[in-house]
Amino acid sequence: MTLLEYVLAGLVLVLVVAGAAAALVRGRTLPPPTRPAPPEVPTRAPTEAPVEPSVEAPESARGRLLRLRSRLARSQSSLGRGLLALLSRDTLDEDVWESVEDTLIGADVGVGPAQDVVARLRTRLRGEAGLTAADVHRVLREELVTMVDPTMDRTLRVDGAGDLPGVVLVVGVNGTGKTTTVGRVARVLVAEGRSVLLGAADTFRAAAADQLQTWGERVGVETVRGGEGSDPASVGFQAVRTGAERGVDTVLVDTAGRLQNKAGLMDELGKVKRVVEKQAPVTEVLLVIDATTGQNGLIQARVFAEVVDVTGIVLTKLDGTAKGGIVVAVQRELGVPVKLVGLGEGADDLAPFDAEDFVAALLDA
Amino acid sequence: MFDTLQDRLAATFKNLRGKGRLSEADIDATAREIRIALLEADVALPVVREFIASVKERARGAEVSAALNPAQQVVKIVNEELVAILGGETRRLRFAKKPPTVILLAGLQGSGKTTLAGKLGHWLKAQGRAPLLVAADLQRPNAVTQLQVVGDRAGVDVFAPEPGNGVGDPVEVARSSITHANRTLHDVVVVDTAGRLGIDAELMQQASDIRDAVSPDEILFVVDAMIGQDAVITAQSFLDGVGFDGVVLSKLDGDARGGAALSVAKVTGRPVMFASNGEQMGDFDVFHPDRMASRILGMGDMLTLIEQAEKSFDADQAARAAAKLTEGKGASFTLDDFLQQMQSVRKMGSLSKIFGMLPGMGEMKEQIAGIDEREIDRIEAIIHSMTPAERADPKIIDGSRRQRIARGSGVTVSQVNGLVDRFFQARTMMNQMAAGGGMPGLPGMPGMPGAGKRAKARQQAKKGRAKRGSGNPAKRAEEQQAARQRPPAAVSPFGNPDGAPTPPAPDDFELPKELRDLL
Ligand SMILES: Nc1nc2c(ncn2[C@@H]2O[C@H](COP(=O)(O)OP(=O)(O)OP(=O)(O)O)[C@@H](O)[C@H]2O)c(=O)[nH]1
Ligand SMILES: [Mg+2]
Repeated sequence: MTLLEYVLAGLVLVLVVAGAAAALVRGRTLPPPTRPAPPEVPTRAPTEAPVEPSVEAPESARGRLLRLRSRLARSQSSLGRGLLALLSRDTLDEDVWESVEDTLIGADVGVGPAQDVVARLRTRLRGEAGLTAADVHRVLREELVTMVDPTMDRTLRVDGAGDLPGVVLVVGVNGTGKTTTVGRVARVLVAEGRSVLLGAADTFRAAAADQLQTWGERVGVETVRGGEGSDPASVGFQAVRTGAERGVDTVLVDTAGRLQNKAGLMDELGKVKRVVEKQAPVTEVLLVIDATTGQNGLIQARVFAEVVDVTGIVLTKLDGTAKGGIVVAVQRELGVPVKLVGLGEGADDLAPFDAEDFVAALLDA
Repeated sequence: MFDTLQDRLAATFKNLRGKGRLSEADIDATAREIRIALLEADVALPVVREFIASVKERARGAEVSAALNPAQQVVKIVNEELVAILGGETRRLRFAKKPPTVILLAGLQGSGKTTLAGKLGHWLKAQGRAPLLVAADLQRPNAVTQLQVVGDRAGVDVFAPEPGNGVGDPVEVARSSITHANRTLHDVVVVDTAGRLGIDAELMQQASDIRDAVSPDEILFVVDAMIGQDAVITAQSFLDGVGFDGVVLSKLDGDARGGAALSVAKVTGRPVMFASNGEQMGDFDVFHPDRMASRILGMGDMLTLIEQAEKSFDADQAARAAAKLTEGKGASFTLDDFLQQMQSVRKMGSLSKIFGMLPGMGEMKEQIAGIDEREIDRIEAIIHSMTPAERADPKIIDGSRRQRIARGSGVTVSQVNGLVDRFFQARTMMNQMAAGGGMPGLPGMPGMPGAGKRAKARQQAKKGRAKRGSGNPAKRAEEQQAARQRPPAAVSPFGNPDGAPTPPAPDDFELPKELRDLL
């Protein structure tokens, strides 16, 4: 036996002796296994509330994509205009088509989907003599709109059935913008006159609950939280129960970031959803994807969809130079629509996604 | 869909055998596959183009060797080129002659700077330094609190004079941290800054103001391993905006191929210095270009594994224990040997991490990523509660001993039972495997389950089976007895040659195909 073989043998021995199946549970081992602390339920009556420094009046969501169009253009104009410039050439030869494909790949659309779009554009633009610039513009717009699929239902399900609150679960890998998204969706809902409660089911990351609470306080929304290291499912449950008791319209539950290849953590997430559903059905599961994400985004979406049945995508950080093209493949493969886009760090920099407006911003900026 | 470049190329080369040299058409076909493989690994397009050109060049001149088939040969060339770009060798941190050494972290939002600050602190402390973490992200809600908690976990001091959440001037905080470090005798200062976009001129200006205020010895650009094509644009804008000396790749414990590492290294010429690969403070390592190259190509991480094994294992002791495991029926391999082996394995890192280094672990890797280390702690506790005599000869562990051991380690008697039973089983299995070099008729293992969809079924089967072990101690003992008396199974790579049904084991375990192939 070489040393390496001995090590491998050791791994197998450990697995077998651990009963393998028994070992394949729960993931994160830090912080030390504290007994799940009962979640702290905010009990503060409105009358004895300390004079809140200021509760902000958030901006309504309508028309935000237009306001934020210039930011979108920062990231996307090179894409739209680049394509337009290529396709407006006098001769569309192989080199041009290759450049078109490359431009799409450069937007993280992925090799397969990029080739498909090129094939469609080729068929439509081939041999048609006397195409005007306006024609090319129109064809490109149509194809891009088709690419982002205008037919999908992108409304956010924030209403529960009967007296139950709507429950929105926000999930995703680490650092994509989940907490920020929860904070911003809360603002949108408050602006629409709805009552909202937040659930801090990220009991793992340092100061995650504080971060969420800070967002809530800015619009006068309370946060249900457990101790650090407590069971996220029980915090989620408690939040929804409290929400139901108080008759709030919507409960937004923030979860810890987790990489989709960690089976234990994905199981934990599945449990959060199942446990919450003992109280009220989850009406919307939002997967937050960072626009900088490359091809791994598709794997993320697949795994999260399998575990918690994702119903919508939030594409954040579109104010940067990243194009977020991976969502094209995600929408196509999983049929899950992009519902919201994040276009900055500001409190109101979150906009509903609209296929036509989006493409218009790409091409006309 | 092909999973690795190797698979892709193998398919391309199916019809190519016995040719002395790769033809131009072969090379073009190869180049196409490499292009797609690299793009799917998120290597940036301009980098891919350049890369392909140089691989083509080398492939043209290459003789088809006797040792490697054409696919392997091309993979080898690709691998060498990747390693060359990724840095060839690892650069170390530069420490200032006159302390404190200042390390400035910069990167996009959500790239993992704050966690990294904690890990760097933890790592520096382990090297005998006295690090100070500085909370200069005053923007994101509660980033300051997060750094404080992280510092606490890492056992490292934090300088946080401003509350954050939009209050305070990060440049001022950074500046005053140096005086503070001097006064408090900290010799390394790690400055955590707010995440920012490359195109955000105002914030980039702020970053360079922070830089000018502290004159860092190292500026580290932190980038998420799953970033896509934008990697080059962002890296370039940080290089222009603040400049950086090294790159840290974060979230490498995910399953992204991490082509961005290649893009950033190639475009900026700055080496990737560290890899951040987990949420625990210790999940941090210097960067190894060769490992990253095999990861981008989807070839696992055997080198690291060997290197770490050499560090954690006492070679002589391991050789002696290995001999015990292989000789006879393996009966001289004791629980003591097992304990030692287990402890050495754990010294190499968490089990999930070790498994992650094995090539082609595919779906198994996902399951393994969820291993609960506490379960392993429990095994150690149980073994520690045994007397030396019991450890040396576990057969003497009878009912009353089991009860004592259970009490001593705070588990149930059936947990002790399970451990002892499975130890015997595992020992026999390893012994047979070592003897035959192939897969013995492992008790209760039907055929050879492949990878793929079955992983899931396997997991479920296991769940169901966990309950099945006989709860009746007498019956259990009988089963065990039977297992012990069973003649050693005939060793054949095809399982059971004479077709006799293998009797079911009390608690069987399917060894994943990938692992079996390795052994
Ligand atoms: N530029 C930009 N930054 C954003 C956007 N959305 C979120 N961020 C920033 O990204 C960083 C991470 O956001 P969080 O909301 O903490 O992310 P998270 O997914 O909750 O992170 P974990 O809980 O640690 O997994 C913060 O600095 C946010 O301000 C966006 O649309 N644009
Ligand atoms: Mg969060």
